[in-house]
Amino acid sequence: MSRLASAFAKPHPALVTFVTAGDGDTAAILDALVAGGADVIELGMPFTDPMADGPAIQAANLRALGAGTTTADIFRIAAGFRARHATPLVLMGYANPMLARGSDWFAQQCAKAGVDGVICVDIPPEEDGDLGPALRARGIALIRLATPTSDAARLPAILEGSSGFLYYVSVAGITGKQQAVQASIEEAVARLKAATALPVAVGFGVRHPEQAAAIARVADGVVVGSALVELVAQHGAEAAGPVRALTAALAQAVHRARAHA
Amino acid sequence: MNAPAAGTNSLRNQPDERGHFGAFGGRYVAETLMPLILELEREYARAKADPAFAAQFDDLLEHYVGRPSPLYFAPRLTGELGGAQVWFKRDELNHTGAHKINNCVGQILLAMRMGKTRIIAETGAGQHGVATATVCARFGLPCVVYMGATDVERQQPNVFRMKLLGAEVVPVTSGAATLKDAMNEALRDWVAHVHDTFYIIGTAAGPHPYPELVRDFQSVIGKEARAQMLARTGRLPDLLVAAIGGGSNAIGLFHPFLDDPVRMLGVEAAGHGLDKQHAASLAGGRPGILHGNKTYLLQDEDGQITEAHSISAGLDYPGIGPEHAWLKEIGRVEYTSATDTEALAAFQLLCRTEGIIPALEPSHAIAAVRRIAPTMGKDQIILANLCGRGDKDIFTVAKALGAEL
Ligand SMILES: Cc1ncc(COP(=O)(O)O)c(C=O)c1O
Repeated sequence: MSRLASAFAKPHPALVTFVTAGDGDTAAILDALVAGGADVIELGMPFTDPMADGPAIQAANLRALGAGTTTADIFRIAAGFRARHATPLVLMGYANPMLARGSDWFAQQCAKAGVDGVICVDIPPEEDGDLGPALRARGIALIRLATPTSDAARLPAILEGSSGFLYYVSVAGITGKQQAVQASIEEAVARLKAATALPVAVGFGVRHPEQAAAIARVADGVVVGSALVELVAQHGAEAAGPVRALTAALAQAVHRARAHA
Repeated sequence: MNAPAAGTNSLRNQPDERGHFGAFGGRYVAETLMPLILELEREYARAKADPAFAAQFDDLLEHYVGRPSPLYFAPRLTGELGGAQVWFKRDELNHTGAHKINNCVGQILLAMRMGKTRIIAETGAGQHGVATATVCARFGLPCVVYMGATDVERQQPNVFRMKLLGAEVVPVTSGAATLKDAMNEALRDWVAHVHDTFYIIGTAAGPHPYPELVRDFQSVIGKEARAQMLARTGRLPDLLVAAIGGGSNAIGLFHPFLDDPVRMLGVEAAGHGLDKQHAASLAGGRPGILHGNKTYLLQDEDGQITEAHSISAGLDYPGIGPEHAWLKEIGRVEYTSATDTEALAAFQLLCRTEGIIPALEPSHAIAAVRRIAPTMGKDQIILANLCGRGDKDIFTVAKALGAEL
């Protein structure tokens, strides 16, 4: 079983955490995520123009690039992580940095560094040829996003060629503080799970353990990003401690969500 | 609007049904926006086939925008350059002072057809922002314009105009706080307001179908110019010249001539020089993906977008519309560039020789005309797009020339 499949085969829902590569002491932060109990880690590839992100992750992108983070650095971080941990690692970002040296190069680097999956925000199924075939050839999951605007007519296109898990973006909007209504999440997850056998993880606007627990009662995974990235902004080089504490609180809530239901 | 159907070998048949111009274009947007873009594509196809839509568009262009714009032979500039005859398509005489309004009229009609009740736009020089604010006032729709904080600073008269017209101008401080960052912010607004909002993109770029529909609306420039030139001289021009930011005024002039034996030259902004900071994505960039399309971009080896520079805020963008990327690759259109200094000199030349104060954007085209006209015969004709007037640039030019206002 792949690392991603194992993470979603655990007897409890998965906590998926996001941080930006090169923002703060990334190796220490990744270790803190694992120690806190994250089941899947998304590592953001910084980009100058993060169109789908709100202020917190935009700022993290700029801090990472300002610190001189390169694509080579990101793969070094990923390879270092893989040498220390078995937790699945997913790269998340935008098309231009991923394709700058061609999709084959990118997929090959992912494979070498032990990256399990890729989420590319701005390559929809219509343009799959730019990235999908290269990833599939190397056995790297292509994780697609479904959104509140993905209706029944749209969903089959998204699912075709998706692997790893399906990421449900619970708000029509950018990453950050806006939260979806719980009822709308439940309805959407039910609809998605009826259409696919892939695990469904829900993200965007999830910040607190209670909220994460509520979502984990219906979804296979819960994604938390901006709240962790804000801790890195606030604590800088000392962020690992607070990141671990928040991750542990979230993990406890998510892992036990169904026991309490 | 309805162009005569082009034959199968025509260069006017792009893009393909997936929105690709050869290897360029496409629809590279977040999944949230995909259904909207597909809906826009369907609705635009219906509008194109609807004579009532064309009639409404033509009527507004005639009575509100003031079209057709004149085709003007520039005798003293021609004399001064001592070569080919120089003619201008006078789109700077349009209502709001630039070609941008042609596109805004078309897009707001589409927005209303689609039942959208809120309009957003990005702007660099402020010309597209003013044109969008104008059509929003005309049709009574609320309008939010995203503008880089740097541009808000250097284009104050246009900021005030937009406010007078009832638009909300939101200064964008991320990145270099110029056009590219304003476009990021407009896209962020759009994903958060998918149900009621229409995004009026200001140039022939962005995800399909924008490059196509902006080109179609701007093609009124080339269609008029072609007919006017034939009526006045009985022949086609030898060379077309236009400045390129995202490429909308250039493609608007070029497209109706693509199947004719006419040379074409697009002029990018070389800023401080091609070896320094500039905005010439064809000359100094390579293909990549940004703002919904695959095209030439200024970027580093990791695919990070680099900041453009031009004295002209309207050309200060690190990308270019995908149809130009394709026309360059197939060799149908030639592309060159002009520096800030050359544009400033051309700006003053046109003021002195023709009594026309051009915008800094077409001043780049005039700079290229100045280089080329003397190398051509006196019986040859250059047609350049005078796509904007210079009122908005008076402060920038004064500063560059060291004058106190
Ligand atoms: C007068 C004028 N010309 C040209 C441009 C550049 O845009 P495009 O290349 O789309 O024509 C602008 C943009 O603001 C403009 O205001």
